[in-house]
Amino acid sequence: MAKAIENGVDLAEEVGFPPFDTDTFASQIFWLVLTFAFLYWFVSKIALPRLASVIEERKQRVETDLADAARLKAQADEAFAAYEASLAAAKNNARVIAEETRASLASESEVQRKSLEQDLATRIANAEKTIDDTKTKALSHVGEIASEATSSIVERLLGSAPTQVQVDKAVKSALDR
Amino acid sequence: MASPTEQFEIRHFSDPLFFIGGSPVTVTNSALFMIATVGVIVVFMLAVTSSRSVIPGRWQNAGELLYEFVADTVRQSAGKDGLVFFPLVFSLFAFILVANLLGMLPYSFTVTSSIIVTATLSLLVILTVIVYGVAKHGVKFLNIFVPSGVPAWLLPLIVAIEVVSFLSRPVSLSVRLFANILAGHIALKIFAGFVAALLASGTVAAVLSPLPLLFTIAIVALEFLVAVLQAYVFAVLTSLYLHDALHPGH
Repeated sequence: MAKAIENGVDLAEEVGFPPFDTDTFASQIFWLVLTFAFLYWFVSKIALPRLASVIEERKQRVETDLADAARLKAQADEAFAAYEASLAAAKNNARVIAEETRASLASESEVQRKSLEQDLATRIANAEKTIDDTKTKALSHVGEIASEATSSIVERLLGSAPTQVQVDKAVKSALDR
Repeated sequence: MASPTEQFEIRHFSDPLFFIGGSPVTVTNSALFMIATVGVIVVFMLAVTSSRSVIPGRWQNAGELLYEFVADTVRQSAGKDGLVFFPLVFSLFAFILVANLLGMLPYSFTVTSSIIVTATLSLLVILTVIVYGVAKHGVKFLNIFVPSGVPAWLLPLIVAIEVVSFLSRPVSLSVRLFANILAGHIALKIFAGFVAALLASGTVAAVLSPLPLLFTIAIVALEFLVAVLQAYVFAVLTSLYLHDALHPGH
């Protein structure tokens, strides 16, 4: 070993500038080829595949997550559209029902009103008829009452009752006047 | 005072294990720092991928940031199909980055301050470009020397320029990294040496010693930047060259 170091130093002194000392070239090339070949094997077979797998896995994870998100968003949009549609249908339905109800109620109340009016009209007519009858009846009794009153008055005044025929005649002529 | 280039010396810690072309292969400080570099990367990558949870912790986040950073570099420079070279670019980036940063530790050795190391890495890149380009496109790979839309009379000149530019790629790739690291470490050593020299001078000049100290601190910060930047530059250029292998037509 001592000899080797001595040898190296000697060679360096001979050449003067160590990097151009050709006697060390073979050794350096040998070690460089050995170490670099190992490094290349390690990098290409172990280090880079490992890193690549992680990066690839992350990329795929992100992609699937994005796809999931897009799918879920589409579902949400669909649900929202369905909700909107059903809401519109329900609104429409409610409007139809309301209109129908209003129409049926209106016609019902119209019918009731008409029957009520008819009823009232009948009653009014009846009442009027009763009034008329009563009036007629009352008026028909007027002559009778007048005759009686006349007969009584004449009897009181003259002391003797006139005949019915005379009284009626007199009353009639008075009423007709 | 030690020479500024002493830090780049290859120290042998063993007798020659065997010989390649007459040159001894020994366990050296360079070899140990290469092993340490790979060791740091392995430990870091195992640590950041230990839990592998969908929601990352701090460490895992750091690992993923590194992954995405290099992957983006490859995608932008080499194109989407350039990701077949992702492990290669990632290994180069991580190796150079960690080797540079380990070199910033005091008393350590910087693997990338050796021209032979950066040249070997550059050759690996260029050979990958050539082998992959020819295997995939056959003769059509030569289209990289023939830009489309160039007038015929200009073609010989352009092709010559393209060939020279292609051949100079491994040189520029290796020298850029090597020279940046080497120059930075030498500058660091020299300015730090000034501090010691001024203080040891025992004269009034000693009061000037904070000046080079400030420079040293500034250069340390700069060197950290260079360490990261050069690793990135190497990775980007590798990706650009690999783009040629994938798409030979300009």
